[in-house]
Amino acid sequence: MATAEETVTYVGQGVARKEDAALVTGGAKYIDDLSVPGMLWMAVVRSPLAHARVVSIDLDRAREAEGVVAAFSGDDLAQEWAGGLPCAWPVTEDTKVPDHYPLTTDKARHVGDGIAVVIAETRALAKDAAELVDVELEALPAVTDVEAAAGDGAPILHESFGTNESYTWVLEAGEVGRLFAEADVTVSERYRQQRLIPSAIEPRGVMAAPSPTGDFTVWSATQVPHVLRTALTLVTGIPEARLRIVAPEVGGGFGSKLDIYAEEALCLALARRLGRPVKWVAERSEGYLATIHGRDVVQEIELAATSEGRITAVRTRLLAAMGAYLQLVTPGIPILGAWLYGGCYDIQGYSFTCTGVFTNTTPIDAYRGAGRPEATYAIEHAVDALARRLDKDPVEIRRLNFIKEFPATIASGLEIDSGDFEGALDRGLELLDYDQARREQEERRAASDSKQLGIGFSTYVEMCGLAPSRILGAVRYVAGGWEATTIRCLPTGTVQAIIGTSPHGQGHVTTFSQIVADQLGVPIESVEVIHGDTVVAPLGMDTYGSRSLAVGGVALWNATEKIIAKAQAIVAHQLEVAAEDLEYANGTFTVRGTDRSMTVTDAAFGAWTAHNLPDGMEPGLEETAVYDPPNFSWPGGCHIAVVEVDTDTGDTRLVRYIAVDDVGNVINPTIVDGQVHGGIAQGAAQALFEEAVYDDDGNLANGSMTGYLLPSAAELPSFELDRVVAPSPTNPLGVKGVGETGTIASTAAVMNAVVDALAPLGVSDIDMPASPERVWAAIEEVRA
Amino acid sequence: MRRIGMTVNGSPRTADVEPRELLVYVLREHLGLTGTNVGCDTSSCGACTVLLNGESVKSCTVLGVQADGQEITTIEGLARNGELHPVQQAFHEHHGLQCGYCTPGFVLAAVSLLNENPSPSEAEIREGLEGNLCRCTGYHNIVKAVQAAASS
Repeated sequence: MATAEETVTYVGQGVARKEDAALVTGGAKYIDDLSVPGMLWMAVVRSPLAHARVVSIDLDRAREAEGVVAAFSGDDLAQEWAGGLPCAWPVTEDTKVPDHYPLTTDKARHVGDGIAVVIAETRALAKDAAELVDVELEALPAVTDVEAAAGDGAPILHESFGTNESYTWVLEAGEVGRLFAEADVTVSERYRQQRLIPSAIEPRGVMAAPSPTGDFTVWSATQVPHVLRTALTLVTGIPEARLRIVAPEVGGGFGSKLDIYAEEALCLALARRLGRPVKWVAERSEGYLATIHGRDVVQEIELAATSEGRITAVRTRLLAAMGAYLQLVTPGIPILGAWLYGGCYDIQGYSFTCTGVFTNTTPIDAYRGAGRPEATYAIEHAVDALARRLDKDPVEIRRLNFIKEFPATIASGLEIDSGDFEGALDRGLELLDYDQARREQEERRAASDSKQLGIGFSTYVEMCGLAPSRILGAVRYVAGGWEATTIRCLPTGTVQAIIGTSPHGQGHVTTFSQIVADQLGVPIESVEVIHGDTVVAPLGMDTYGSRSLAVGGVALWNATEKIIAKAQAIVAHQLEVAAEDLEYANGTFTVRGTDRSMTVTDAAFGAWTAHNLPDGMEPGLEETAVYDPPNFSWPGGCHIAVVEVDTDTGDTRLVRYIAVDDVGNVINPTIVDGQVHGGIAQGAAQALFEEAVYDDDGNLANGSMTGYLLPSAAELPSFELDRVVAPSPTNPLGVKGVGETGTIASTAAVMNAVVDALAPLGVSDIDMPASPERVWAAIEEVRA
Repeated sequence: MRRIGMTVNGSPRTADVEPRELLVYVLREHLGLTGTNVGCDTSSCGACTVLLNGESVKSCTVLGVQADGQEITTIEGLARNGELHPVQQAFHEHHGLQCGYCTPGFVLAAVSLLNENPSPSEAEIREGLEGNLCRCTGYHNIVKAVQAAASS
């Protein structure tokens, strides 16, 4: 459409968030803050053993306890289930997908596996009574290590399969064998992506309530109300038309609330069975057992290169833990990284193989980055190993191999639509003052200073904005990757944007308001963004995979374009001019060459009165757009970590962190920076602090926040951020995803810095997390 | 059950509590003040931080009966006459929160920190807020917000 000169008011500005008013005053309502009359509480009796046959379950004492309304075993509830908890991504035709019901009936397969439930009048009484349930278990040998589980003679979790292997998935492109045979140099590395616990500060919780009409409302601390509605229909048999899912204020997710959990199905089924509302909220240690974990992959990566350091081929083999069952997208998590083990480098040959393996542990699923931090770590850490092998500067070896022209078809077969890897690197080096940093490092080395400096780089590209539905179908994911928005212009100037994404900290209300306000020329206060309730916002695919702006934002934009088009037809009719004679800017249509004009808001009022609309036009100004992205979103950039390692104690401090990201055009720079900050902290925490540890018996040895080391403000520096902008040509906003970039890039940057600090001492690598104990031991080993 | 009396956000309140009940549950369940959040059960995360006689405490680490006769400030009591407290305002202006779950605890911990040290350095802010965990912000903007509140 013809546009006059636009003045952009909100887009690109760091508008302070609309969301905050409720959040900073205690007015926000999270799941634990909600209650309905007559509500009961559920407590789950969980297995204390990692692998055990269920011999008997005696619920009598629990049923007689004060305040208890009912208690059930898995067998008691068998008739409630129309299906098991779904796995939506069996990645191969022959992926072994075990039965997975909300309560196990035959065996417990990990510590925390649900065995029985007790429902009582209060939370405390339910918990007290759960301790009276007498479960007899026959202990079986357990296996929690992914390599041991894949080995001969390992205890088998799902006996009917006869193996712990769930699948093997392969991607081959180019003449990998020849390229390795002809390589001047090869490096072969082995890395362990330790198991992580997502640790959203709000624990999971769910409440389900029946209505007299046979409908049910489920409130859940979830990232995915729409997916949850469909899944709960499949699990409970309650038709989608009778299910309303509400995501209240949700206190962080990072993938851990992107799932279909036993407790969600249990509360709903029990509300149906008992005819009363039923609620459950995880305690922290319970949540650590019963909420998905992330990572837990053993990686072998080989690079083939010329003597100058040009990488010609990459070969990767993964052994990926699935945990005890397949949750919503468990098998697909390592596959989300399958295309990225070549990083942002121009290579010819590519080979990727991943085997998924069951272990007696909490299931693995999406944790921020999901497959892509692992891939980025492997290629970025291996490129550093190649640089050391060739005695090259890690900066120069990256520069030599960068993809420089776009669009670029990468060795694994996908197309990167835009990027500026070298621009990001150059800006990062400038912010760091690379020469000065290396000089300081040299001085400390020369002086044998006990505190050594390390400088680590991670130049990355990632694929997000999940996802083109056709590609999802091709890789056997059972759902689509589109997103939907409805824009509704009310007669008095309010514009409602009903979105299908479901924020839990990302600031969609503000960011999306900025786009709508600029497109339709209304004050940002006049835009109301509605989300998280499947009755009010029935169409959506929710929030994960850095998709909300790159997919949902585009649906929103497209809906505003439809609104403008209809408004234009109304205005042309009412001003009695041809539509082509109207110019549009900032919400106002002007008859070209005149001062006659009408606004979108005028058109909305006219559409509501419907007194004077073009023949055949429907009253009302409301449009829905559903957007299916034609490509993934491809953010990239350069992250640089500077660490100080105390070679006497192993204490490793992150002292500087520089991130230069290309996330395309930016709607709200303050919110985008916030996403990057949080991502960096989580990725750096994988490098230095976090690891979920199972003992030999299969107990989660550090299953609370006292044992699982989340960094506080005292462990982290402030971050130095900048951007390069290579707008995405794939969408009209030119935007890319940003939610996961920080996590994807930072782990490698920090670990490369740690190894950079210690390499002169002879340390070749350190397993994550680089705890003081591990660093100290590595130094002692080479000194010995 | 034992009856306790406290001044909560400036008003006298009473509650009949079990001796085992933690202050956080007294506030949330007896008094309906759900702005104070529970994040960990182990006094690790600080989401439940409130002011007890003006000093920050983790309300999951205080028994309700210990609060008898004391003065409590929760996040609901910080704004005055519709005006946000300078720390609340700074968290908003500097994007010191994302999902908001840890925010009430952080705001009250920061209020307490600034009462003790009105112009802390960055390092003092980071050390001072060590008892509170945030998974969204990487602390960068929380530190900025506290610095801004200190200078306002």
